Amino acid sequence: MNKIREAFSAGKTFIPFITGGDPDLDTTEKLLYALYEAGADLIEIGVPFSDPIAEGPVIEAADQRALKAGCTIEKLLNTVSRVRPNIQAPLLFMTYFNPIYTYGVSKFTEHCAECGLDGLIIPDLPFEERGELLGPCTTQRLELISLVAPTSNDRIAKIAKNSDGFLYCVSSLGVTGERCVLSHDANHIVEQVRLVTNIPCAVGFGISTPKQARDVASFADGVIIGSSLVRIAAEHGRDCIDPVFNFAKEVKQAIGQF
Amino acid sequence: MGSGRFGIYGGQYIPETLMSAVLELEQAYEHWSRDLDFVNELNTLLGQYAGRPSLLYHAKKMTADLGGAKIYLKREDLNHTGSHKINNVLGQALLAKKMGKRRLIAETGAGQHGVATATVAALMSMECEIFMGSEDMKRQALNVYRMELLGAKVNRVLTGTATLKDAVNATLREWAGRMADTHYCLGSVMGPHPFPAMVRNFQTVIGREIREQMIAIDGKLPDAIIACVGGGSNAIGSFYEFISDEQVELIGCEAAGKGIDSPENAATITNGAVGVFHGMKSYFCQDAFGQIAPVHSISAGLDYPGIGPEHANLYDRGRARYVPITDQEAVEAFEYLAKTEGIIPALESAHAVAYTTKYAPLLKQDQTIVVTLSGRGDKDVAAVARYKGVSASE
Repeated sequence: MNKIREAFSAGKTFIPFITGGDPDLDTTEKLLYALYEAGADLIEIGVPFSDPIAEGPVIEAADQRALKAGCTIEKLLNTVSRVRPNIQAPLLFMTYFNPIYTYGVSKFTEHCAECGLDGLIIPDLPFEERGELLGPCTTQRLELISLVAPTSNDRIAKIAKNSDGFLYCVSSLGVTGERCVLSHDANHIVEQVRLVTNIPCAVGFGISTPKQARDVASFADGVIIGSSLVRIAAEHGRDCIDPVFNFAKEVKQAIGQF
Repeated sequence: MGSGRFGIYGGQYIPETLMSAVLELEQAYEHWSRDLDFVNELNTLLGQYAGRPSLLYHAKKMTADLGGAKIYLKREDLNHTGSHKINNVLGQALLAKKMGKRRLIAETGAGQHGVATATVAALMSMECEIFMGSEDMKRQALNVYRMELLGAKVNRVLTGTATLKDAVNATLREWAGRMADTHYCLGSVMGPHPFPAMVRNFQTVIGREIREQMIAIDGKLPDAIIACVGGGSNAIGSFYEFISDEQVELIGCEAAGKGIDSPENAATITNGAVGVFHGMKSYFCQDAFGQIAPVHSISAGLDYPGIGPEHANLYDRGRARYVPITDQEAVEAFEYLAKTEGIIPALESAHAVAYTTKYAPLLKQDQTIVVTLSGRGDKDVAAVARYKGVSASE
């Protein structure tokens, strides 16, 4: 069993997201340790992009701050290499295709593997376009995570059957960001996936409170939390380690009840 | 690889949430573009509402002054709403209606596409929201009011560089949140498939008319067609009909802003690199790390860091060439056409006029150039006055 699947084998999986390099790489390194210590089963590291079209204002602003502070793929890969020996949870990059394309797809996947990264999530690379990255990912044993959305309908079976690691289920329409009320779409998506495959389903987009996380964990295998962590990090700057740790721990406890 | 490719360019690089919307659009377009009633309805609107065919005007004074090729101006500026944008908007709005959508959203840079969309939304009793960078809203304040007058809501985009690319980001995000009743009326030959091919097809009326008019007036095809290129819709609309006529030279004029060696330009082919952005693989102005560059042009409509994928392919194939024109050259051409022919072109179109003033003298007198005047310049008078340091309030 690969490392990502393994992370789903021991109960409900907590998957926090932070934007790499916001406010700086030192903080990112500390945050990765803090999230792991708080019980993260898998961690998504956002590689900042100038125009992240799937993100809401919180993560877009974090990307801008990180870019302004000089964050690059290369620097983030160094951070990953440094933390890798001390963090057993799988680490994934979430970014857009252009920075990867410019870096060079083969070179990028090779370097990701060398640094011990486990997988990639690329929101602007839908099923039909992933071929360009899938080959090099397979060669390097990196998992390219597929996404399904409330609008995927008859695409769900095709995508789910051909996915690796876990399936990223987008909870609701729109972009990333905290939502007061979660739609019931995610539950429906997970049910449809279950009909065709047993791949683990993690739900993301809009989950912002421990209670919402617990609700999602009642039907999904994993819970992805991004914007609320990034917002806490933004509010506290370099002093964000403790507040992020505390919030992450609360979420972990909430979903651990299943 | 997904559908909608021009060589290696194009594709559908968009979030999964939007895939169903573009696939639905692709199917609907395939269906309705072959429906005779749809085609007739669109042609009637183009004739009776937009005012087509647009004139092909022999610019005699300009021809005499430059002393080379005979120059014809394709007067898209005379269309209703003052630019070529209406051709595409009428097509897409009609299609959206057939698809059961009741709301149009669109990005705009200079405001030409926003005004065209707001206009057609009013005509077809559709709700309309326009997304516009706050920088562009400052530059084109009158067009903002114009859109509101037409019943549209104009949303101020403050993110990133607060210009056209950010307006596209905002419209894509809006669409991802609401697509059941909403059509994204994209304004250029860019974005994910089917937009580049569909918008081109709605704009090819320009080139078809150029062919008919040139044969009628001159008895032969032009030697060169010159058009400005931001995303590139008026250019591809002018070029497409002539791609297989190898003897017709196709020239796109892109915005060099303050110069191609300055950081403030939008010359995508000259300075850009191949990448993936806004749903398509094409050339983009970007840094060494693949971050999209903040670009600049005096014309808000060319102030975009990418170019349509079909242009990228025409460039790679050597079938079209793309030349950079600076702000200064565009402003000079703006004034030149006003004084020489009594026609004030849009600053975007002035880029094509500028290259014509350089190129026409190099051709023989029995050769002809068609220049597409994509829009009228009324909207730019205040901006040019500002550029020249003249105080003019509207």
